[in-house]
Amino acid sequence: MSNWQILWQARDQFWSGFLSTMTIFGCAISAAFVIGCVLLYLLEGSRPRLAVPLRVFIDGMRMLPFLILAYLLYYGLPSFGIRLDAWWSGVGALAVYHGCYIAEIFRGSRLTFPPGQIEAAQAHGFTRSKMFLRLILPQIVMQTRPLLGNQLIYALKDTAFLVIITVQELTAAANSLSGTYFIPTEAFIVVIGFYWAVSIVMEVIVKQCGRFGSRRGFDNV
Amino acid sequence: MSDLHATAGRQATPEPPAAGNSHVTTAAVSIRNLSKSFDDVEVLRDVNLEVKQGDVVTILGSSGSGKSTLLRCINWLEQPERGTIHIAGERIGMNADGRPMSVKALARVRARTGMVFQSFNLWPHLNVLHNVTEAPIHVLGQPRQEAEARARELLDKVGMSHKQDAYPNTLSGGQKQRVAIARALAMQPEVMLFDEPTSALDPELVGEVLGVIKALSAEGYTMVIVTHEMAFSRAVSDQVVFLEKGLIIEQADPETFFTRPRTERVQRFLERHQ
Ligand SMILES: Nc1ncnc2c1ncn2[C@@H]1O[C@H](COP(=O)(O)OP(=O)(O)OP(=O)(O)O)[C@@H](O)[C@H]1O
Ligand SMILES: [Mg+2]
Repeated sequence: MSNWQILWQARDQFWSGFLSTMTIFGCAISAAFVIGCVLLYLLEGSRPRLAVPLRVFIDGMRMLPFLILAYLLYYGLPSFGIRLDAWWSGVGALAVYHGCYIAEIFRGSRLTFPPGQIEAAQAHGFTRSKMFLRLILPQIVMQTRPLLGNQLIYALKDTAFLVIITVQELTAAANSLSGTYFIPTEAFIVVIGFYWAVSIVMEVIVKQCGRFGSRRGFDNV
Repeated sequence: MSDLHATAGRQATPEPPAAGNSHVTTAAVSIRNLSKSFDDVEVLRDVNLEVKQGDVVTILGSSGSGKSTLLRCINWLEQPERGTIHIAGERIGMNADGRPMSVKALARVRARTGMVFQSFNLWPHLNVLHNVTEAPIHVLGQPRQEAEARARELLDKVGMSHKQDAYPNTLSGGQKQRVAIARALAMQPEVMLFDEPTSALDPELVGEVLGVIKALSAEGYTMVIVTHEMAFSRAVSDQVVFLEKGLIIEQADPETFFTRPRTERVQRFLERHQ
C-alpha cells in the first residue's frame, strides 16, 4: 500500500480535523471581529483613563507570540482557579489575540476618518453610539477590507498552533497520522493543501466584497 | 418622554411657517452676549443676534473674522465661554442652571437645526436617498416609508431625485451640496445654517446651489448663511450682518447695507468685492 493510499483510508480523520479547524476559526474570527469593534468604540471617547490602559493591552497582545498566549490560557489560568478546556482556551486565545490586531487595524483607519463627517453627524443630532454603529464602523470596515483579509489568513494559520495545547484540529490529525504510519511528508502536504484552499477561497471572497466598497469610492481594491 | 423628538407641533406642521407670519413671537435663533476664544484669542466678542422665523440672515466679513465660529456656536459644534443661544426658545448647550446639557439633550436640540458645510460632508457609504433618510430614521425615529417619501420630495425640491440611488463619490460638487441641503431639510429644522455653501465649488456650479437656497428663502425657511457672494446676499437676505474681528460692526437690511454702509470698514469691504 502506498503512503497516499494510507492517507486516503484515513480521510475521515483529516476531514474531522478540517471541520474542527474551520469551527475554531469561524468562532474565533467572529469573536475577534466583535472584540475589535468594541475596542475601537471604547477608544473613541477620548477619556485617557480608559484609552491608555486599552492601548497598553492591545499593544501588549500584539507583541506577544501567539503560542505563549495559548499556553497561558490553557496551562496558566488554572493556577488562578479558572479552568478552560483545550477548545475554549484555543478559541479564546485566538479571539483575543486577533481581536487586538483588528482593533489596531481599525484604529489606524479611524485616525484618518474625515472629521467633517463626524460634525455632519453631530449636527444632525446623532449621539456617539449611533454615529459609531451607523456611520463610522461601516466605513472603517470597508476601508480596511484588504488588511482584514490578511488578518483572516493569519488567524487561520494560527489555529495550527493549537495542536500544542491538544486541540484536535487539522494539524493534529496530520501529526497523529504521520506519527502512526511514519509518513510525515505526505500527511503534511495534504494539510498544506487544505490551508491553501481555504486561504484562496477567503482571498476571493474578500476581494469580491471589495466591489461593495469600490462602488462607494472606497477603491483600495 | 413621548415628546422627545417632536417639539411644539414640529411634526404636525412639516412645512416651515410662511414668511411674515406676524403672530410668531419666539425668534428662531436668539444669541445673547456670546463670546468665544481659541487659546486666549477672542474670536467672538459679545455677539448679539436675533433671527426671526422665516428670516434669512447672511453673515459677511473677511477671512478669520469669526463667521464660521459664530455659525458653529449656534448648533454647539463650538462651545462658547459666555452667552446664551436659544433655538426656537430652547436653550442649547447649557441647562437653565448653567451646567452643560446631557449628551442626549444636546443631540435633541441640535437636531432642531440643519447645517450645510462648505465641504458637503455627505456620508460616502450611503446612497443619496439614504444620506437623506439616515438621520430622520435613526435620530428622529421616523418610520422608513415616511422618511423615504419625504426624502424623495426634498430631493425633488433640490433637483436631485434622478440621482437617489447614486453614491456621493459619483456626484459633482454642486450635486453633493444640493443633496446635503436636502439631508439637512429632512430634519425639519427650525433654522438652516450654511457655512460658505458654494466656496468649494467650481464657478459654473455655484449658481445651481444658490438657486436652491433662493427657492428655500421664497418658501419661508429660516436661514443663517455665511457667504462671500455679495449679489446673492443682497438678493436673498432680510438682514445682513458684518463681522470684524469677532464683533458685529454693522447690521442692516440689505438695501441699507449695500448702498449706504455706515462704517468705512464695510465701504472698503464692499468696494473690494464689487
Ligand atoms: N479650532 C480652532 N482652534 C484655534 N483657532 C481657531 C479654531 N477655529 C478657528 N480658529 C481661529 O478663529 C478665528 C476665526 O475663525 P473662523 O473660522 O470663524 O473665521 P471665518 O470668518 O469663518 O474665516 P473664513 O472666511 O476664512 O472661513 C481665526 O483666526 C481662526 O484661526
Ligand atoms: Mg469660515
